[in-house]
Amino acid sequence: MNMTVVVLFLLIVAMTLAITYYAAKRTNTANEFYTAGGGLTGWQNGLAIAGDYLSAASFLGIAGAIALSGFDGFLFSIGYLVAYLVVLFIVAEPLRNLGKYTLADMINSRFDAKKVRGTAALNTITIVIFYMIAQLVGAGALIKLLFGIDYWLAVLIVGIMMTIYVLFGGMTATSWVQIIKAVLLMLGTIIISFLVLSRFNFNIFEMFTTMKTATPLGEAYLNPGVKYKVPLDTLSLMIALVFGTAGLPHILMRFFTVRDAKTARSSVIWATWIVGIFYVMTIFLGFGAAAFVGADIIQASNAAGNMAAPLLAKVLGGDILMSFVSAVAFATILAVVAGLVLSGASAFAHDIYGQIIKKGKATEKEQMLAAKYASLGVSVFSILLALFAQNLNVAFLVSLAFCVAASANLPVIVFTIYWKRFNTTGAMTGMIAGLVSSLILVAISPSVISPVEGAALFTGNPIFPLTNPALLSVPIGFIGSIIGTLVSSKQDAKRYAEVKVKANTGYRAPLS
Amino acid sequence: MGKTGQKGNSKKGENFEKIVQSSQFRELMAAKKKFLVPSIIVFLGLYLLFPILISYTNALDNAAIGDISWAWVYALLLFVMTWIMATIYMKKSALFDRMAEKVWKEDESERREAK
Repeated sequence: MNMTVVVLFLLIVAMTLAITYYAAKRTNTANEFYTAGGGLTGWQNGLAIAGDYLSAASFLGIAGAIALSGFDGFLFSIGYLVAYLVVLFIVAEPLRNLGKYTLADMINSRFDAKKVRGTAALNTITIVIFYMIAQLVGAGALIKLLFGIDYWLAVLIVGIMMTIYVLFGGMTATSWVQIIKAVLLMLGTIIISFLVLSRFNFNIFEMFTTMKTATPLGEAYLNPGVKYKVPLDTLSLMIALVFGTAGLPHILMRFFTVRDAKTARSSVIWATWIVGIFYVMTIFLGFGAAAFVGADIIQASNAAGNMAAPLLAKVLGGDILMSFVSAVAFATILAVVAGLVLSGASAFAHDIYGQIIKKGKATEKEQMLAAKYASLGVSVFSILLALFAQNLNVAFLVSLAFCVAASANLPVIVFTIYWKRFNTTGAMTGMIAGLVSSLILVAISPSVISPVEGAALFTGNPIFPLTNPALLSVPIGFIGSIIGTLVSSKQDAKRYAEVKVKANTGYRAPLS
Repeated sequence: MGKTGQKGNSKKGENFEKIVQSSQFRELMAAKKKFLVPSIIVFLGLYLLFPILISYTNALDNAAIGDISWAWVYALLLFVMTWIMATIYMKKSALFDRMAEKVWKEDESERREAK
């Protein structure tokens, strides 16, 4: 570990703690805790969405995936970006117009049913826990590599930092940590891309021509099919990516931090540009790593390729650039896990405690206390799980989270807003069908059971052939909702009129 | 369905039913549908066609410009599509906003008259 890394690392810690200190003064009510008082502007929230979204998995993971499998690695970038059109066209504005703090709020604007709220909260918690374990285990391994400290210590440092941000600074601190991280990440990526391009004389064609022979894969590197050889698997992955984003609780929660649907819209537009430009640059990161670091060296330090970007930084800019990129990766992890804690805590404290147990009658003080206890609980629980999961291959948890989000959340969101006949039974069956089918199909998929020893949790022949079950589980979520709705004769036209008007016009939308 | 309605909301509910029937609101919904449905079909269609083309056919394997194959061109066009669609949506929404404003202005003035 060199001094530059330590200094940059401490700078980031100091900066985020200063933000938390200022945010803490402005976080006195539950509303301020969950939504930063709804006072974020379009560009701020757009950057924060990008900050939430560009996790270590997308920064280090995609750069590594492109470095090792060329075109197939880039598929993630495409899916993650186009997903924002689903968010923009279908989800963002109605969500802001109907909900207050959580996804369950939005669904329950149509059904005042405890079981619907409880199930929606359960889905949120499931997604958050899966995603969080994947992030924390990845973070531990990564920080161990970057800074040379033990795994348990790395997880503990990240865990304690995220708890401090959320516990004291709530959404205000979390948002600003995300904004700063997004700026740093873009800056780092632009510098590396510039250096990579300069080696190709700023000629894209020259870059592609060089890449044809630069890797052990030869020409295949630039063509589809290196990593995803089963056509249905590719399609299934792309479905999970494009529909999952619109159901991820920590992304959805960001739309409650703005004043109105108009600002929610402009923040998605901001995010689309930032995230899109970033994903274009993942090509340069990946190609650069493949050409100037080499697949052997990348895989020697991490089999999945997660070290590609930091190693590339070292080749291009020496220890200083590598330290900077490592520090950015650290900030990236912190921002994402903080956002996850907050959305998990809102499901526990607002949905389960505040609305179901206290029936919406909790005092301001009770709500704040509940929010803080829940944040602490979610943090401690995920840290413990991450400590035990060190030696497990948990990469599949991210795709599982996307799958649950796409299969259990999205159908219900869509039907709540757009289907007149939709009812409580349909919401229940849809959410449960989506959740259960995702869990079961992943559990029997090659991500969990692999014939290659050590490649997954269990060794053996997978029962379900696709690594990502979205191709099946998303339709199951939709069909589950439809069947449940038709089986029950209930229908509430009056309530739907209210939801339809509010969702589409923002009339009498909940204020934050 | 009084039981599922929020407390004291019955009056407001009736009001919303009236808004849904109003010509202003129906115009807004028709305009939204006319724009959103085809747009969603187009972008999802173009997006999902991509994995199908690259995994089932070799249609995109040939070089397009220099050593860049059609698969890369298609992928980058999906990026451009996202930005263009987002920009068009932004422009269209300004119109929807104005229509929505009409809807609730009308409702508010009716409420005042009722009082």
